[in-house]
Amino acid sequence: MDSQLLYAGTDWDFSTLRRSYQAIERIACDELGLEVYPNRIEVITSEQMLDVYTAHGMPLTYRHWSYGKRFLQHETSYRRGYTSLAYEVVINSNPCISYLMEGNTATMQALVIAHAAFGHNHFFRNNHLFQQWTDASAILDYLEFARTYIGSCEDKYGVAATERVLDAAHALSRHGVNRHGGARPLNLKIDQKRERERREYDEKIFDDLWRTVPVGKAVPESDPVGERRRKLGLPEENLLYFIEKTSPKLQFWEREIIRIVRLIAQYFYPQPQAKVMNEGCATWVHQRVMTRLHETGQIDDAAFLEVLHSTANVIMQPGFDHPAGGPGFNPYALGYAMMSDIERICTAPTAEDREWFPDIAGNRDPLGTLRYAWANFRDESFVLQYLSPAVMRQFKMFRLLDDTSDKELLVDAIHDDAGYRAIRRTLAQSYDPATHDADVQVVDVDLAGDRKLMLQHRTRAGQLLAQPDADLTLKHIATLWGYEVRMQEVDAETEAVLASHSAGPPSK
Amino acid sequence: MDIIDRRPNPHGKNLENRQRVIARARAAVARATRAAIDGGTLREIGRDQAVTIPSDTLHEPSFHSVFSKGQRQVVLSGNKVFSTGDRLARPPGGSGGGGGDGSGSGDGEAQDGFRFVLTRDEFLDLFFEDLELPDLVKSQIVATEAMTPIRAGISVDGSPSQIDMARTMRQSMARRIGLRRPKTPDVTALESEIERLEAEARDGSDRAEQLAALRGELELVLRRMARVPWIDPVDLRYRRYTQVPKPTARAVMFCMMDVSGSMSESMKDLAKRFFLLLHVFLERRYKRVELVFIRHTETAEEVDENTFFTDPRTGGTVVSTAFAEFVRIQRARFPQDSWNIYAAQASDGDNSSMDTRQAMSMLEGQILPVVQHFAYIEVAASAAHIRGESDLWRGYAPLSQREPKLAMRRVAEPKDIFPVFRELFGRKAAAP
Repeated sequence: MDSQLLYAGTDWDFSTLRRSYQAIERIACDELGLEVYPNRIEVITSEQMLDVYTAHGMPLTYRHWSYGKRFLQHETSYRRGYTSLAYEVVINSNPCISYLMEGNTATMQALVIAHAAFGHNHFFRNNHLFQQWTDASAILDYLEFARTYIGSCEDKYGVAATERVLDAAHALSRHGVNRHGGARPLNLKIDQKRERERREYDEKIFDDLWRTVPVGKAVPESDPVGERRRKLGLPEENLLYFIEKTSPKLQFWEREIIRIVRLIAQYFYPQPQAKVMNEGCATWVHQRVMTRLHETGQIDDAAFLEVLHSTANVIMQPGFDHPAGGPGFNPYALGYAMMSDIERICTAPTAEDREWFPDIAGNRDPLGTLRYAWANFRDESFVLQYLSPAVMRQFKMFRLLDDTSDKELLVDAIHDDAGYRAIRRTLAQSYDPATHDADVQVVDVDLAGDRKLMLQHRTRAGQLLAQPDADLTLKHIATLWGYEVRMQEVDAETEAVLASHSAGPPSK
Repeated sequence: MDIIDRRPNPHGKNLENRQRVIARARAAVARATRAAIDGGTLREIGRDQAVTIPSDTLHEPSFHSVFSKGQRQVVLSGNKVFSTGDRLARPPGGSGGGGGDGSGSGDGEAQDGFRFVLTRDEFLDLFFEDLELPDLVKSQIVATEAMTPIRAGISVDGSPSQIDMARTMRQSMARRIGLRRPKTPDVTALESEIERLEAEARDGSDRAEQLAALRGELELVLRRMARVPWIDPVDLRYRRYTQVPKPTARAVMFCMMDVSGSMSESMKDLAKRFFLLLHVFLERRYKRVELVFIRHTETAEEVDENTFFTDPRTGGTVVSTAFAEFVRIQRARFPQDSWNIYAAQASDGDNSSMDTRQAMSMLEGQILPVVQHFAYIEVAASAAHIRGESDLWRGYAPLSQREPKLAMRRVAEPKDIFPVFRELFGRKAAAP
């Protein structure tokens, strides 16, 4: 390989970017065997970066005040110097869009190309969660459709009416995913067609006479509750889906808006579940790529020192007692440590590693092992499978037992032989989305009767819903449902009712 | 792989969303705006203004659980001294212990204020909304400064009144020389030569050949003269004018207020709002606006803004002392030929009975001639004041009939301040 430098100093221009990209691509694809979506690299200003933040990294969104709020928050904290902006933002789409800040140095541009355009990109393309829940090639078109559709609703039905539905749907966006079914790929054509048909059908069956027909009495059934629950497919944990399909009062366009919020929420569903892996993968890739660039003489020592400095900053893990620390792990730190550790186990295993990881220890195929892990795990299972005693020692992990009946906290496991498995199990659990999201389900509704919607929150370990948020959210549900909504919080094990809330629809 | 430079793309993608935030939190933002007005000084107000609103207006609720009782386990990093079985005191605050798993995030957000910066236009919008200004007036306030034509070189077309004679003649001369237009002396010389030869011919000498040649030459010269005109349309040059913003002049705003015991805090607040409006208006019009605060009881003095609005005085009321102070300061520091002078007086209408006549004559004789506009607002506390006529009102009323510069209004609530302004702006709009 020739030893000429890709760039010198800190300044870059578009030909520098292109040269760096090509050099990085050679290493990432040929040496590391990464499979990526085609890349699109966009250079943006800090102000545009704030816009990207606002939309959770979506390249375009419909208009809603909550984005304005987020924008103001980011802007204020940026302008006052509380936070600095990210060097890049990458979008899980096909082509994969990476936003690079114009203020980065040449080295940082190369680093973030390796990090985002190859590390994250490979992960998006290959991880089973993303494959299952998101459709990278359709998302950009779908967002465009969402924006246009919601804009046209605002024109037709008014901003206030549209906002009312969006506000309520946003409050339920965490309850808009079919966790067990997987996702149907988005299809813009079908969506538009279905929306049109829905409206045409409404127009076709409209007959003012029906208003005047006297309503007969319902025929009683043998097991009316069980029957109607079966018909409606209850219990249903996807609240948005249930409301979209079943709500008696919603207009067709309101259903469509709920669907938009639901599908976008679903697109984001995998992200928090694979944060450690995603960042670990990207950080490991950029570090490896930049090291190779330095080894082959394509970047100079000064640039490589900048890389080391930057990576060290990113993977810092402050201890629990550090002012900047606190609970939780820096996903970059833990992810990078585990990826590097897997590489070490594959190439230079110790006796301990052979005992803990007989499958991969010393298999001399770190790249294949990593690629397999990136494709087939999420944070919870990844930690459970691959967290080694070496990493636990490196982070000096320990486990606390917090028992509210006890005045003190108990250290019940530290990084020793007795504690490794306990720590690993608990840490893995903390990445299980089931421990974060409240398990709220629709359990019953009598569509022929008073149409009261019955919800149930199955609590874990005495964790009730936070107030007053629960009541406010319930009010949003009542807005969409149009009739009274009642929720019971029950203990998942004993079925005892711990609390109940209710909300009526807003009076007109 | 594509590399795209997005930097030139239109910015301000979130402008619309930002406006929706303000629209949604309108009541809270308006309240914060008013608080900012009450707290701020006249000079600061209307610049980019940071406001803090309670964030529950913009709260986005969701279902999320909190750990309240029972058991849980948390893995932390950075163990230095602990062994298995050690017991730790709970960290202070939070019944849930040290390792809250995100349970606090929702609550924390609800409690903090939400702070952001309003642009000047947003601020004025909210401010004037409170005062119920019609849109017409808003647009006038935010209008750009006046334009004036200035010379901007020469052009080849324009109206006849703009012809630049000297330039036109210079052009024509150059053209005449270039095209070798025969000069008048040449023609006269030829003609006199022909005349001489004709005389000789009459004397008998035969110069017919020479004469014919000269006549031909004369004809040629005359034809050439007719072809190449003295002034051609292409020579015309006009003075060109371009519109530029009028160099903004300086303005001074005199705030005069009665601070005697009869003026309550709420009256002063009304007065402050009025002064503020005037200041905002003047700032739109003039690059530099000076403020002079004159307060008076039986005597008048110039004070700083803070003292003006906050320091209470007791005593009687002699308006003419304030006018005397006005005249003194204006003559000393703000000559009429280089300053636009605006004056605003706020009072509850009381005045010492023998002083009113003198105040009137000073106002008419010495003040109104030098000011652009004099606004008098009477902050009325009671209905009695509104029905009955106060000393000053009785005095000013006939004068304001004669003098269009004098505007007077009674103000009982913030929204009453507006009519005074309409009068002020209306007149300015009518003037060329």
